[in-house]
Amino acid sequence: MSNSTSRDAILGRIRHSLGRPAQMPDTPPDTPDEVTDRLKNPVANLIPARAQLPHAQQIDLFIKMATQVSATVTRVGSPDDIPREVARYLADQNLPARVRVAPDAGISGLAWDQTMLDISAGIAGPEDAVSVTPSFAAVAETGTVMVRSGPDHPYTLNLLPDTHIVVVHASRVTGCYEDVWARLRQSEGHGNMPRTFLWVTGPSRTGDIEQTIQLGAHGPRRLHIVLVDDT
Amino acid sequence: MHRALPVAIRKGNNAMHVSTSPKFRENAHDALLDQSLQRALGRLKTGFKDKRSAAIAALPEFEALRDKAVEIKNHTLENLDHYLTAFEANVKANGGHVHWCKDSEEACQTILKICRDKDAKSVLKGKSMISEEIGLNAFLEKQDLQVVETDLGEYIIQLRHEPPSHIIAPAIHVHKEQVADSFRATHKGRDPNRVLDEPRDLLDEAREVMREHFFAADIGITGANFLIAETGTSVIVTNEGNGDLTQTLSRVHIAVASLEKVVPTLEDASTILRVLARSATGQEMSSYTTFSTGPRRAEDLDGPQEYHVVLLDNGRSNMLGTDFQDMLRCIRCAACMNHCPVYGAVGGHAYGWVYPGPMGSVLTPSLIGINQSGHLPNASTFCGKCEEVCPMRIPLPKMMRHWREREFEKHLGASSVRYGLKGWAFMASRPRLYRAATGLAARLLRILGGGRGALRSLPFAGGWTQIRDLPVPEGKTFKQLWEEQQKNKSRQDGGPK
Amino acid sequence: MTSPIPPVRPRVGLFVTCLVDMFRPTVGFSAVKLLEDAGCIVDMPMDQTCCGQPAFNSGDRDSAKKVARPLIAMFAGYDYVVAPSGSCAGMISKHFPELFADEPAILADVKALSAKTHELVSFLTDIMQVKTLNVQFDGTVTYHDSCSGLRELGVKQQPRALLQTVSGLAIREMKEPETCCGFGGTFCVKYPEISGKMVGDKTADIAATGATTLLAGDLGCLMNMAGKLRREGSDIEVRHVAEILAGMTDHAPGIAGRDPEGK
Repeated sequence: MSNSTSRDAILGRIRHSLGRPAQMPDTPPDTPDEVTDRLKNPVANLIPARAQLPHAQQIDLFIKMATQVSATVTRVGSPDDIPREVARYLADQNLPARVRVAPDAGISGLAWDQTMLDISAGIAGPEDAVSVTPSFAAVAETGTVMVRSGPDHPYTLNLLPDTHIVVVHASRVTGCYEDVWARLRQSEGHGNMPRTFLWVTGPSRTGDIEQTIQLGAHGPRRLHIVLVDDT
Repeated sequence: MHRALPVAIRKGNNAMHVSTSPKFRENAHDALLDQSLQRALGRLKTGFKDKRSAAIAALPEFEALRDKAVEIKNHTLENLDHYLTAFEANVKANGGHVHWCKDSEEACQTILKICRDKDAKSVLKGKSMISEEIGLNAFLEKQDLQVVETDLGEYIIQLRHEPPSHIIAPAIHVHKEQVADSFRATHKGRDPNRVLDEPRDLLDEAREVMREHFFAADIGITGANFLIAETGTSVIVTNEGNGDLTQTLSRVHIAVASLEKVVPTLEDASTILRVLARSATGQEMSSYTTFSTGPRRAEDLDGPQEYHVVLLDNGRSNMLGTDFQDMLRCIRCAACMNHCPVYGAVGGHAYGWVYPGPMGSVLTPSLIGINQSGHLPNASTFCGKCEEVCPMRIPLPKMMRHWREREFEKHLGASSVRYGLKGWAFMASRPRLYRAATGLAARLLRILGGGRGALRSLPFAGGWTQIRDLPVPEGKTFKQLWEEQQKNKSRQDGGPK
Repeated sequence: MTSPIPPVRPRVGLFVTCLVDMFRPTVGFSAVKLLEDAGCIVDMPMDQTCCGQPAFNSGDRDSAKKVARPLIAMFAGYDYVVAPSGSCAGMISKHFPELFADEPAILADVKALSAKTHELVSFLTDIMQVKTLNVQFDGTVTYHDSCSGLRELGVKQQPRALLQTVSGLAIREMKEPETCCGFGGTFCVKYPEISGKMVGDKTADIAATGATTLLAGDLGCLMNMAGKLRREGSDIEVRHVAEILAGMTDHAPGIAGRDPEGK
C-alpha cells in the first residue's frame, strides 16, 4: 500500500509547515547543498577524549569497558590459539563441547581438531548453545564489539546461542564508533551497509522485572571475547 | 514445521488507544491509593536515576554531546522533507519498501496488507511505542492474527491486558508475584508446582516460551530509534536481544517509525546514541544497537526475505513550524518521566494515553487534541527537572505552558479559574485597591488564625487545606509597615532637635 | 558567573513579591537589612503588586501582561531589582522577554529590566560580593532548593555559602533537596492529592535530617511545606533563609508557627 497520495500529502504538509513552496511534480528537488554535502561526506561530530588514546591504551580501555558490562575477555598471541582458548573457556564454565561456528575461513578454518570440541559451521538453530564468530571491529569507548552479517557470518549466531564467543583482532580495536564507520565505508563502499550491522555491548540483559538486572534475556547470557594480539 | 504455540494470547483486549486522559484526576486518585503501585514507583529512585547520574559523571563531554545532538535534530527537522526522501531512496536501493502513512488507520491497514500478502498467521513484535500509538495489536488481533510481544516487559503487560506504564520499562508497575501469576495462568502444560519466586525463574520461563514463538513467526515488527538517510537503515536499541531475533527469524521485517526518527548519517546517529542510553537506563551503551538495511542479501544464510518501513506522520508534520516543533527532537529515553515528581507520584497509567510523563504531557495533546488531554500539561509544577535531564534539551515546561495558553484561548479550562484569573488581574493592576484588599485579607486571616499560626480549614481554600494548614499572615502587610516606617523616618529626620 | 562590577552604592528597587507582602513582611525587612548592610540604597515602589506569574503559568497571557506591564516603568530608574524569591525573580528575568516578545516597542525596556533583576541571596553573593555575615543562629537547619531559583537562576551554593558563615548554625542536607515540594503555584490547589503526596515525601525527607529548622528562598514553597509540617504535628520551625541571614528571627515566629504570647 505504498500510497503515493499519502507520500505527497505528507511531504507537502512538511514543506508547508516549514514555510517552503509546494514542490511541483515536474520540478527538480530543491535540496540544499548543505544536505547533499552532509550525506555525501559524513563528518564526525564530537569524539569523547577517552576514545582518542594511543592504540595500546585503546586496547586496555576496550578490555576494561567490556568487562564492566559483564563480558569476559582473554588475550591470545595468535589466531592459532583460538581453538584452545575456546575449549578452555567452555571447560572452565562447564559448558557443552558442541560448538556452532561462523563459516568464515578465519574461524571455521582453524585447527579445531586439536581440541575435543564438536565443531560445525552454519546458521544457529534452537539446539545450538555455543557459537564462535568473527567481528568486524571493536570500540574502546564503551567496550563494544561490532559484528556484521554476511555469508560468512550468519546473524543468528550472535543472538540465539546461550554463549557467544567472539574473536576480536587487536588491530581492529578502535577508539570510537566513527572510526568503524570509516572502515565500513572503505570495505563496502560509501552508503552501503550489510543487511545487519550490530553493536554488541555485553551480553543480553533485562531489568523488566522489578528493575533487577538479569543477564541472558533473549540473547546470550555470556559474551566471551577472544582478543587476538596481531599488532 | 509449524509447532503448536504454547501461549494463548487473549484477543481484542488492547484498549490502549482509547484515552482515559480526561479522567486524569480520578486516575491519579486511584494511583495514589494503590499500595502496590506506590511500592513499584519507589524503585525509580535507585534504578534509573542514580545510574544515569553515574553514567553522566563518567563522561565529561556529556553536556557538549547534548548540544551536538540538539543541533543534529534541529538541522534534520529543518530539512525533514529532503532527509526523508533520501532515506526512502536508499531503502529502495537496498531492496526494501517504504510506506508513507498519514495516520494510525493507514499504518495499521498497510501492515495488515503485508501480513495478508504473506499469508501470515502470527506476528512477533519487538518493543515499539509507535505500534502502541496506532493501536496495532488490537487491530491485528481483530483480523485473527496472533500477536506476541517479545520484549519481556511488553510480554508481561500483554498477558495482563494492560498498556505500558513507561516508555522504556513498560511493566515497571508490576511486581514479580504478579508476573508469576500471569505466567501460571498463561503457560499451560507446565508443572503447577514449579518455582517462580525470583526474577531469574520468571525470565528463564519467558525465554523458553519465547523461543518457540521466535521459530514460528511469519512477520517480525520492530520500532526504530533512528532512520538513517545516508544508508536507508533503521536502527533499534535494545538490551534483551528480542528485537534482533524478531527481525531476523521472521520472513518479513517491518520497521514502524514516525517520520521525525530520521537523522542524516551514521555519525549523527552515533552522537545521539552517546546520550541515549546514558539518559535512559544509565548504561554507557545498551547491549544491542542494531543497524538494519534492506532484506537479506542473496548470499546470506539467514535474515528476513523482505524489509518494509512504515513511516508514520499522525499529525507530526503539523507540529513543524509551531511552538511544538522542538518536541520532535525527542528520542524517547524516558529521562523526563524517570525524574518527574508527578510521574513518580502517580505512575504512567494515570496519564491515560500511550505516552506518560512530561514528554507525554506535551506530545499527547498534539496527537489526540488538547480538549481530550487538557489535564496533562496542567498537572505539572513546572519544577523544570524534565528539561534539566532531557538529553535533547526540549523545553518541556515551556511547551506545557503553550498548551495551557491554547486551552485558555479555547475556553477549555474551568470557568471558575478563568474568572478567578480575570478578577485577580483586575485587582493586581489597581495598586491602591490591591493594597486595601490585601491589607484587609491579611488582617482577617490573622483574626481567624487566633494566634495559632495556621488555619486547618478555610472556605474556598479547600484545595489548600485538604492537604496542609494555611499559614496565617503576620498581621499588617509589608507595604503598610514600610509606609509607617518611612513616615517615622521622615518625622525623625525633620522633627525638632 | 561573572558579573559587572556594581556601582559603589547601587540603587536597588525591592520587588517584595505578593506573598511576602501579605503573609510574611519579616522577609521583606530581612531583605532590606541585608541589602543595606551590603551597601545598597533600597527603595520599594508602593504601586507594585505581583509579577504576573499565576496568569502566565495558567495560559492567560493577557492577564499576565496586564499585571506585569506596570513593573517595566516602575523599576526603570533602579540599578537593580531584587526579589526575595527565585520564582518571581525568574519570572521577570527569564520569562518577561518571552511574554512581551510580540511588543517590539517596549521589548528593549523589558530586556533591560530582565537583565538587572536578581534573586536576593545570589544578588548578595554574586553581585555585591558578600562573603560573610556577622549573625548568630543556634540550631541545625536543612535547606530546600526551590525549583525556579535552582534551575532558572542557578541558586544552589550561594545560600549555603552564606549560611556557613552564621555562627552557631549547622546545615544538615536532606536526601533530595532539589526535588520539587509540590507547590507549583496553582498546581497545589488544582491537583491537591498529587501535591499532597509530593509535599508528604518532602516533609518525610526533612524530618529524617533531624534538623530543627527548615529554610528555603521562596515563600510559596515554604508555606506549602510549613502547612504540611504543621498538619503532621511537627514542631520543625520554617523560615525564609533571609530571616536567618539578616538575624531577624526574633521578629516573628516561624511560618505557620504559634505566636509565643499566644494572642
